[in-house]
Amino acid sequence: MRYETERTRRRGHADTATDTLARGLGLFSIALGIAEIAAPRALARALGMKGQEGLIAGYGLREIATGVGILASKDPTPWIWGRVAGDGLDLATLATALEGDNPNKHNVGIAMAAVAGVTALDVYCAQTLSRESPHPLPPLQDYSDRTGYPRGIEQSRGAARDFEVPRDFRTPEALRPYTQPDLPQNPMPSM
Amino acid sequence: MKALVWHGTTDIRCDSVPDPEIEHPRDAIIKVTSCAICGSDLHLYDHFMPGMKSGDIMGHESMGEVVEVGSEAKGKLKVGDRVVIPFTIICGECDQCKRGNFSVCERTNRNGHIAAKAFGHSTAGLFGYTHLTGGYPGGQAEYLRVPFADATHIKVPDGISDEKLLFLSDIFPTGWQAAVQCDIQPTDTVAIWGAGPVGQMAIRSAVLLGARQVIAIDRIPERLAMAAAGGAITINFDEESVIERLNELTNGKGPEKCIDSVGMEAHAAGTIDAMYDRVKQATMMETDRPHVLREMAYVCRPAGTLSIPGVYGGLLDKIPFGAIMNKGLTIRTGQTHVNRWTDDLLRRIEEGQIDPSFVITHTVGLEEGPEMYKIFRDKQDGCIKVVLKP
Repeated sequence: MRYETERTRRRGHADTATDTLARGLGLFSIALGIAEIAAPRALARALGMKGQEGLIAGYGLREIATGVGILASKDPTPWIWGRVAGDGLDLATLATALEGDNPNKHNVGIAMAAVAGVTALDVYCAQTLSRESPHPLPPLQDYSDRTGYPRGIEQSRGAARDFEVPRDFRTPEALRPYTQPDLPQNPMPSM
Repeated sequence: MKALVWHGTTDIRCDSVPDPEIEHPRDAIIKVTSCAICGSDLHLYDHFMPGMKSGDIMGHESMGEVVEVGSEAKGKLKVGDRVVIPFTIICGECDQCKRGNFSVCERTNRNGHIAAKAFGHSTAGLFGYTHLTGGYPGGQAEYLRVPFADATHIKVPDGISDEKLLFLSDIFPTGWQAAVQCDIQPTDTVAIWGAGPVGQMAIRSAVLLGARQVIAIDRIPERLAMAAAGGAITINFDEESVIERLNELTNGKGPEKCIDSVGMEAHAAGTIDAMYDRVKQATMMETDRPHVLREMAYVCRPAGTLSIPGVYGGLLDKIPFGAIMNKGLTIRTGQTHVNRWTDDLLRRIEEGQIDPSFVITHTVGLEEGPEMYKIFRDKQDGCIKVVLKP
């Protein structure tokens, strides 16, 4: 959930389900990216894309960057759209593996189906977030008169100085001179 | 009776459940006239705290009228007494209770062996707050059984509204203890992370105790406005650097006293450590998101104090203990020893030093409780504190 300030478009936005989905996609992005960087050879072999290991690792970096962007930003909308674009790139790349006599076309088909499924989620999430963004800002409640001090704030400053802090709650004696400059300082011990 | 019942993550319902009965001679039953949703209830709502079971009744901020008293509680309570019930259940007799350390009462946690496994030793039983703390039914209900009722109560006079007294059960003494732990001096700057209900009470407590400067850190405009009304300088952590601003307000020296009123579910975004916590928590490698603790340890003035009323549940990662050790910081924390402070705080309410009802933003019936959990959790509709009327 996000509680945007005046500077962002989504202040007051309350669709936690979409935000949770966005965060989940961010985590998925990072996990997939790590897998692509850690095992590009195995992936290339499974998909019949030998020689493309560098490209797969590069896509892994892209996934991690997108995931970090989603998790770290105040408004994940552009990053989710970035995922949609990345999905398109993934599908186009996988489509090239369907050509020729690739013996692993079956695996490529499964991978494309999986990417298509995630793409649908990405598009849904990005569209929902985009629709919410231009909503008018809800009005703020005015709590500026909620002081809590029946006698007014100036009368209340220090009104409880009569309270004696229990001994077990006091600042350790040895630290008092450092935090209470008005106290008479003990002479420094000779070094 | 009607009660708010936990059924699972973000699933709280207003159910019909059996009325409570006296189970022990020290028990009493109260008819609840007012109760509240606490920020720490949200840790249960989101299921970040372990130890909840489907069917548990929520709530640990309640007050009402005594309707039945067990034989051994009769000397201290009688039918018709008006009482606020502290969230910590206390025996009043063990070594810790005798020292005033009520939140670590040695006898009231009937599941103390579980708590001891998790924490090394048992802590007090709490109302409506997991089976780690006894699994006692809570007070977001029409009736509440109060165990050890001869000790676990705060008698309050007629003629003062529920709204002014209810928060003696938890958030007012919690904010107060947070400030008292700081041993505030007239020269002190007190920085308070989180301007939720406990943070708001901590702000007022620090002002009443005479801090030179009180600073509140949050990002929700309504909370910041309420903090400013209470006399705090405000920092919106979404719009400015907390560390830079705190140093600016203290001539580069940092605040002497820092209070964490946030706890395990810090919502910082856009920082590396916050993202790290999100990933670790999502992959079940970390229980808490301790961004505030890290920031406090970093910015606190050397030889200063970190006071931590915010609830943490388990194992925390990347705590800068080097900063804590080398700067010689004092850490004070713990659940609130409610009854230790309530006589004094009740007097301050009666004398008009403070009116804790300022924090109430929503008052609804018990049936609307489940919806209010969501509104409170999501900080919608300017929601800061919800009072329920069973």
